[in-house]
Amino acid sequence: MPRILLRRVGDMLFVSFGVSILSFLMIRLIPGDAVQLMLGANAEVTQRQIDALRHKLGLDQPFLQQYLAWIGHVLHGDFGTSLTTGRPVLTEIAAAAGVTAELTMLGLVVAVVVALPLGCAMTALRSPAASLAMRLLSITGITVPSFWLGIMLLYGAAELAPGWAAVGWVPFSRDPLGNLRRVLLPALSIALPVVASLARFLRAVMSEALQQDYVRTARAKGLRECVVLLRHVLRNALIPFVTQAGIMAGYLFAGSVVIEQVFALPGLGRLIVGAIADRDYALVQAAILLATLVFVCINAVVDVLYAVIDPRVRAA
Amino acid sequence: MTAGSGLVLRLGAVLVLLLALAAVLAPWLSPIGPNAQDILARLGAPDAAHWLGTDNLGRDVLARILFGLRTLFAVSSMSVLGAMAAGGSLGLVAAWCGGAVDRVVMRCADVLFAFPIILLAIGIITLLGPGALSAAAAIAVAYVPIFARTLRGPALQLRGSTFVEAARAIGAGPARILLRHVLPNLASVVLVQISLSLSTAILVEASLSFLGLGTQPPTPSLGRMLAESRDYLDLSPWPAAFSGAAILLASLGFNLLGDGLAERLDPRLRRP
Repeated sequence: MPRILLRRVGDMLFVSFGVSILSFLMIRLIPGDAVQLMLGANAEVTQRQIDALRHKLGLDQPFLQQYLAWIGHVLHGDFGTSLTTGRPVLTEIAAAAGVTAELTMLGLVVAVVVALPLGCAMTALRSPAASLAMRLLSITGITVPSFWLGIMLLYGAAELAPGWAAVGWVPFSRDPLGNLRRVLLPALSIALPVVASLARFLRAVMSEALQQDYVRTARAKGLRECVVLLRHVLRNALIPFVTQAGIMAGYLFAGSVVIEQVFALPGLGRLIVGAIADRDYALVQAAILLATLVFVCINAVVDVLYAVIDPRVRAA
Repeated sequence: MTAGSGLVLRLGAVLVLLLALAAVLAPWLSPIGPNAQDILARLGAPDAAHWLGTDNLGRDVLARILFGLRTLFAVSSMSVLGAMAAGGSLGLVAAWCGGAVDRVVMRCADVLFAFPIILLAIGIITLLGPGALSAAAAIAVAYVPIFARTLRGPALQLRGSTFVEAARAIGAGPARILLRHVLPNLASVVLVQISLSLSTAILVEASLSFLGLGTQPPTPSLGRMLAESRDYLDLSPWPAAFSGAAILLASLGFNLLGDGLAERLDPRLRRP
């Protein structure tokens, strides 16, 4: 077990290192130099001003030195300041990350709560026609663009219950009900593709488990089919299901980046898209770097958890 | 073989074929140009003159969808084919060379793979500036590790097979063995991966255009259409409904195709 943990941490450190280099390059490679953008299209900018700012930002240093200086600051939690608001980048990101985290978590809860019974029902229905129908439905569900679904849900809600659905943001601590009213529809929108994918996954795992000897034993001792399915098959399918749900958290996060635009939620996605429009490169870079690192950590935790739950993985 | 596998494959093929034909033949199919305005008929519901209605500038929604499909297919197929060429060769080379080359290539793939696709694409577009070509390049880079991984595993298995050994024994060089003996045996894996990747690449392209980072106006783009139609939703839901449905159908076609192909081509799933 410690060996798996060690190897996984080693992998994670390597990938994080690579991610940091790529994020670093993303900004340094921008054509036309960020300095000129920072000084603006002002005609009175002299070469001396440009050189001074370049020196201040360390852009006149060799590449490697720039990276080391940058990573040193990053490791101390200093991601620089936002060009547009002048506040530390980290402050901006922390404010937005909470919104995205709530959206992603709610999406995950919805997806798991719906996918579990759906997957079981899909396993129980085994006729060829039902199988085909469910296969088509789940593939369709996976490919529904969540931002389109969000727009359609918003329209439907406005038609059915005018004034109920709202866009924008209210913190949960200030107005729990208002918060849910604003987050429920976007969470549903990003959850649907994940529901379809998780239910299909659960069905595949459960169908495989149905072939096992212990299922025959359970049936032979006279258990009813639903008891066999829920008590024996589902329990064995839960481990891969949990892992898959963890992986899906990443997809939900990616979905929330786009859906925030539809529902005007001030999360990471809106922050990044806004920052690109403002050419606020430090902010874009830090947000992408941090979000990716969280993503890497989630994957590592899922992997390790898998080893904790399943002794067979540990032995391998 | 599970129920109706042939049906899924056929459904996907028909859908892809129809949409591709519609995209290619768009200039001949549509009597109205995608940017032609009918100012008096703004935000109109579907009728005989405009089958799918009109948008806020009085442009024909059907014409814009047909031309939007062209952009969508062009960008996503360019990016997926590029990713396959680059990622596929990297995977083949990694499997063939083994050792340090393999480790370095696959570790780099791991790093790229660590980024959520949409974030990586956004980062690359920051570098290149918004536009259809940037979007294609960004999606291509994001998909490189997927193809590298998909091809490396099976190629590794094939490397030790007897026919590769035989080819080596008659004096064939690595390039010949890889291209003539290994690659043809990976055709089914590649085909399935291309189809499934196209399905998701279509969604990524639409997302990027929706965010304003992909295809720029006046080129018709489905993602952008959807973004623009949002502001007039209470006046007319049609442009939003139809442009989103077109994205869904395009992605669905390739997903069905890939799903059906995977089942047809994977001998482990084929039962007598």
